[in-house]
Amino acid sequence: MLQTAQRQSKTKKSKAAPSHERFLEAFRWMLLTRTLEEKLVSLYRGGLITGGVYIGKGQEAVSVACGLFLKKNDIFAPLIRDQAGRSAFGETLLDVTRTYLGSRLGPMRGRDGNIHRGRPQENQLAMVSHLGAMISVTVGALMAKRSKGEKGFVGLACIGEGGMQTGAFHEGMNIAAVEQVPLVIVATNNHYAYSTPNDREFACDDLVDRAIGYGFEGCALDGTDLDACLEVIGGAVKRARAGRPPQLVVASVLRLSGHGEHDDASYVTEEIKREPFARDCLKVAEQTIADLNLVDAVTLGQWRKEAAATVDEAIATAQKEAPPEGDKEDWCAISMRDLVDNPS
Amino acid sequence: MSITYLEAIREAQAKLLRDDHRVFIYGQDVGGTFGGAFKATKGLAKEFPGRVLNTPISEDAIVGTAIGAAIEGMRPIVEMQFADFSSIALNQILNNAGTHYWRTNVPVPITVRLPSGGTKGSGPFHSQSMESIYAHYPGLIVMTPATVEDAYTMLIEAVAIDDPVIYCEHKYLYYHLKADKLPTEGLPTGRARITREGRDLTIVSYSAMVHEALAVAEQLAREGFEIEVVDLRSVKPLDTNTVLASVARTGCLLCVGESFPWGGATAEVIARVAAEGFHLLDAAPQRINAKDTPIPYHPNLWSAHRPNANEIARKARALLRE
Repeated sequence: MLQTAQRQSKTKKSKAAPSHERFLEAFRWMLLTRTLEEKLVSLYRGGLITGGVYIGKGQEAVSVACGLFLKKNDIFAPLIRDQAGRSAFGETLLDVTRTYLGSRLGPMRGRDGNIHRGRPQENQLAMVSHLGAMISVTVGALMAKRSKGEKGFVGLACIGEGGMQTGAFHEGMNIAAVEQVPLVIVATNNHYAYSTPNDREFACDDLVDRAIGYGFEGCALDGTDLDACLEVIGGAVKRARAGRPPQLVVASVLRLSGHGEHDDASYVTEEIKREPFARDCLKVAEQTIADLNLVDAVTLGQWRKEAAATVDEAIATAQKEAPPEGDKEDWCAISMRDLVDNPS
Repeated sequence: MSITYLEAIREAQAKLLRDDHRVFIYGQDVGGTFGGAFKATKGLAKEFPGRVLNTPISEDAIVGTAIGAAIEGMRPIVEMQFADFSSIALNQILNNAGTHYWRTNVPVPITVRLPSGGTKGSGPFHSQSMESIYAHYPGLIVMTPATVEDAYTMLIEAVAIDDPVIYCEHKYLYYHLKADKLPTEGLPTGRARITREGRDLTIVSYSAMVHEALAVAEQLAREGFEIEVVDLRSVKPLDTNTVLASVARTGCLLCVGESFPWGGATAEVIARVAAEGFHLLDAAPQRINAKDTPIPYHPNLWSAHRPNANEIARKARALLRE
């Protein structure tokens, strides 16, 4: 594990005391996410969700920081473990529960499910499963904004170390730098691409070293440390907004779940679970709150209750709503109805 | 004045750039003083600064970028240097652009220009016709203009369409085909054209093969046969009604396409006519495509690989004898 130790030594530790207000705001989104996702998992186990459930357990600190520093007119391209970031950026819990539970009122109306959701008209891009594809899409959206004369915007696209190995990701990084768009790519190395460990994914010492090769500025990050996440990702967003080159942040965590809830993750070794990056970021944040006495236990308990109530309400609402129906669907994949091809 | 098919494509883009500030052109070598591998954008970068942009050799990212820009309100035109290389961008075109409206209710108005089809000496990787692949997937319009006038009006129409359009322009027609002037309006998208009227046999075709069909019609006219030639103009949407109406007049159908033989536009036309107009047919419908091998380099092999007038005439005569 020498290599891992070296990687850890490169990661940035926070120097200043946490900005308490922002830290607590981020913590509450993480708490809400964990609460929501635990509930989704139990619904899945109970057979109430069709398709997969993909959660971000262990990655909430990185993810929340991705959403928290974006403004409404920024572009956000989240990936499969970014519930915390999606919520912080403004996605409603109803969008989540409606999509997972197949309500026809959700943004995808039953046409797509689980994490493949978005509201592009509200700058939440809807990911496709093909990893790396959303990087260049984000670049294009940023070019359009620039072309329209907008100022001060950024785009943030999330990826994992698995997705970093695709051709699309390489092309996307390169074209972002060529176009000099204000883009932040936050790559979370959760140490497994589904079941494949890092040593079969890439052979460089540290993924953040790739930044310079593309003309990006790069930063490594201990993704279990919420305060570091806020500082490093917040800093990258700030630099991109200020016109610095595109930014790459590589966060180190361990995925504390299966790839999806169908996966028991039995391939995760006991050895890796003892690594510093295997800490649960939510517990680490709670410990920070306790250590610094940021809020008392009563308040914390109250927050938990509120999170549970919010989640329960979003689930109950979606469960009451009608599903889509095949004979009411218009089965039309293009917007211009007079150009629809009609084979009999 | 005379204008070529290629010049019509350039003029359409000049007009689009002039008339619509949302339009920009994105592709390999399209910018600078170079103006594209075929010069379809020659002079445009100078005339429209910052709107005709060279890209890295990154087909996936080129289309991905266009998709993002389109979602954000632009009307990008992507030039693939050769249709063949759009295989690198298949994921973005099929899975991103093609699914986006269906999934999110937000259309993706991109136009992807594919310099398509074979020319002598171009070989396996600079000769392909990809329309059947794109037409197979939902969410895309696939245009295959065969005339200078259509090349012009259909490209303008493509950019106006709110959905992704795959615009297959035929390289063989670039310089061969000339018109006196550019039209001010054309047939609407999705409407086929009866290019030549006849009552003995319908040949349905599109893109460069329309001209092979016309040559055959001319040849067979001297033998006393009247061949009707239908130019599909777009393979998706496919104008089944015009094809059926033609078959109702002739009772005979031959489809000609330049792409590979398995499935594809010609098979689709025959399937639809068989399903909806079986009673109109006096003989089993036939089709001709390229051979089921990669496209050869040598002119002798190439001209035997693609459908040609002799082969079409042979099959047409056989059908007419039935």
